[in-house]
Amino acid sequence: MADEALFQFLHNEVIQYVNSAESGDTENGRCVSKLENMGFRVGQGLVERFTKDTARFKDELDVMKFICKDFWTCVFKKQIDNLRTNHQGIYVLQDNKFRLLNQLSAGKQYLDHAPKYLAFTCGLVRGGLSNLGVKSIVTAEVSVMPACKFQVMIQKM
Amino acid sequence: MSRQSNRSTDSKKMNSELFTLTYGALVTQLCKDYENDEEVNKQLEKMGYNIGVRLIEDFLARSSVGRCQDFRETADVIAKVAFKMYLGITPSVTNWSPAGDEFSLILESNPLVDFVELPDNHSTLIYSNLLCGVLRGALEMVQMAVDVRFAQDTLRGDNVTEIRMKFIKRIEENLPAGDE
Repeated sequence: MADEALFQFLHNEVIQYVNSAESGDTENGRCVSKLENMGFRVGQGLVERFTKDTARFKDELDVMKFICKDFWTCVFKKQIDNLRTNHQGIYVLQDNKFRLLNQLSAGKQYLDHAPKYLAFTCGLVRGGLSNLGVKSIVTAEVSVMPACKFQVMIQKM
Repeated sequence: MSRQSNRSTDSKKMNSELFTLTYGALVTQLCKDYENDEEVNKQLEKMGYNIGVRLIEDFLARSSVGRCQDFRETADVIAKVAFKMYLGITPSVTNWSPAGDEFSLILESNPLVDFVELPDNHSTLIYSNLLCGVLRGALEMVQMAVDVRFAQDTLRGDNVTEIRMKFIKRIEENLPAGDE
């Protein structure tokens, strides 16, 4: 078992590295997509390991529930607080106390840095879903730290 | 009820695969970004240093380890307390130099390399070099300048993974003027 502090420091260091390589506003998007891609790869690997002994999922909603409960618990040691869907392929996962934002100030002070800290996790979710046969686009938004919402848009194959 | 008491050490434990895979993703990205392995090794060491500088705070706060009297005690704390706390392994401390300023940490298993195979064209990559940086950064914060490097690595076909640590000097604390 690794320690959680270790992952958080590593995660910060990864963000730091990706950002130092790019500079300027135009590059901001590129940073986020680089982090997202790293997360995607990690998400794929994680889901493979978590699901090797579980039963097959019934449907899309079942997969989403798995992400909200088991996957989130394994990675962030809590469940998603709220899952909403419009039943047309859009899901909103709300985490009221997101672990990777928890270290930052809870006010508005670092709000514009928040996207960097969410990109990797968006990739995690997308990678996880992709290995469960669900193609998606995952975006994140923060209005009040440390709560955040991940929006998952399912892409029809 | 203090905040400290309701945080069990167990809640600090997490899935180590996440850490291992994330580290793998980072090394992969570095290999893409840099031409040669030397450069990647250097970057990993640098990142490890940044982590170590912060990690020592977390470590001292949670382990209640005091100041070490000598380098031998330092070695013991690193192997038995720190490695156990953060990676869940206990390396053995061996190969002391006669002067007592150099030793080796032998890692039976290295959690960082759980799912790793080095391709042939990366023979000079020191995959876990982050660890060297972490050790160097952490010890620097407790006034010890040390030299840390990998002497052997199972990824490159050695039998064990060996981290060699050499004590260089004690860093003098510079008191601010008038703060005697």
